[in-house]
Amino acid sequence: MPFLECRAVDKSYDGKHALKGVTFGIEGGDLLSVVGPSGSGKTTLLRIIDGLEKADSGEVILKGKKISDEPFPHRKTIGMVFQNPVLFNTTVFNNVAYSLRFRGKKDETIRKKVDGMLKLLRLYDLRERSAPTLSGGEAQRVALARALVYDPDLLLLDEPTANLDPYNVSIIEEVLQRSNREHGTTVIVVTHNIFQAKRLARTVAFLLEGELVEIGNSAAFFESPRDPRTLSFIRGEMVY
Amino acid sequence: MGGFEIIVEGFARALQILFSGDQEILGITLLSLRVSLTATLLGAAFGIPIGFLVARKDFHGKSVVTTVINTLMGLPPVVVGLVVYLFLSSSGPLGFLRLLYTPEAMIIAQMILTFPIVCGITISSILSLNPKLKETLVSLSAPSSWEARVLLNESRLGLITALIAAFGAAISEVGAIMMVGGNLLGYTRALTTAIMLYTNMGEFATAIALGIILLLIAFGVNLFLTYLQMRSRVRRTT
Repeated sequence: MPFLECRAVDKSYDGKHALKGVTFGIEGGDLLSVVGPSGSGKTTLLRIIDGLEKADSGEVILKGKKISDEPFPHRKTIGMVFQNPVLFNTTVFNNVAYSLRFRGKKDETIRKKVDGMLKLLRLYDLRERSAPTLSGGEAQRVALARALVYDPDLLLLDEPTANLDPYNVSIIEEVLQRSNREHGTTVIVVTHNIFQAKRLARTVAFLLEGELVEIGNSAAFFESPRDPRTLSFIRGEMVY
Repeated sequence: MGGFEIIVEGFARALQILFSGDQEILGITLLSLRVSLTATLLGAAFGIPIGFLVARKDFHGKSVVTTVINTLMGLPPVVVGLVVYLFLSSSGPLGFLRLLYTPEAMIIAQMILTFPIVCGITISSILSLNPKLKETLVSLSAPSSWEARVLLNESRLGLITALIAAFGAAISEVGAIMMVGGNLLGYTRALTTAIMLYTNMGEFATAIALGIILLLIAFGVNLFLTYLQMRSRVRRTT
């Protein structure tokens, strides 16, 4: 049984299809990159998996349980990082600590876990800084720390490094890979950057106009794609 | 005596009162503070949670409720005084409480004035928050108690503004507390009602002195609240 399964997920906005019968499954511990041009439904797919939006039809099944109808009890094991994260108007430490406070963790546990996560993301020196004063890259690292600190089984990231400088990109990619490799966190990264997908992912899925065109092993996906539209996208011939 | 001389004498009398520790004036000042601060805190105790719920929940007639609250922000104090008087008078529905002409009646009247101010500004503060904050909280599985706590903390600048506006309205009003308090010396005489009385009696210097004390109190309380507001703003921007 796959760790996460999407079955015939459909979603429309004002009569326009955002997702058309998207069906796929991934195993636990996988690192899936969802690629595709802007407007292809990548973010919608992620939001439906996180329960932030409801699919018009279809099912999302996590560890054998259908979560698309009642996402709340299951969301505690899912972490989500948005493209433009909203941080709370408090310190960096508190921003990360909130995730654990929401889960009723004790102060000592919170301090240890938050400090460890801040060190991992090279944010420890900024722990007392006010979050609204951070740069875009620092804010995105805080958002990642906030999503990882409670050890989610599934981590969802929506264009986490869009518009970031190479330093921040490298830290975020390194932490994602470590989290996946050392803790077995299943990761789904949405990106329009095929080079990033190639660097990070073990499995790659290609979405185009709401349709899942192809999904497969990263090496096979990039070296011998089955669908000509995938090949066109990889070669940068697709105008979007 | 000309108007200018009266003002100068008023200042001199104010200084004299301030430094002499006049027991009557001290009592009037303390009563004003007690009534207006209590009314502001009670208005906030009801206004903040109700404002939060109105802003956060989607329900039928939400815009009508919001419009009514916004309209009540400009409630005339004499109308509030009249309504509270009618309720608390011996033939009124709450006459058995025997609260008319007591400081408690003054607090009730001022609370009715401060509640819509706090509630209206709370609604506006919560509605002006980034809509993605709520989504972030949902995504982080924040329980509803935490959601309220975080969102109120995020709108703290607006909430302090609400307290400043409410206290300003309470400490400066005269119509409501005059009607339900009765301006009884040593019991329900507040700064504003005393100013009115001394003006009617032609004791302009004392009235001006009381006016200066009233302004100093309003300044002191607002200075404290503004300090909190600025500290909150500094945390946001440095």
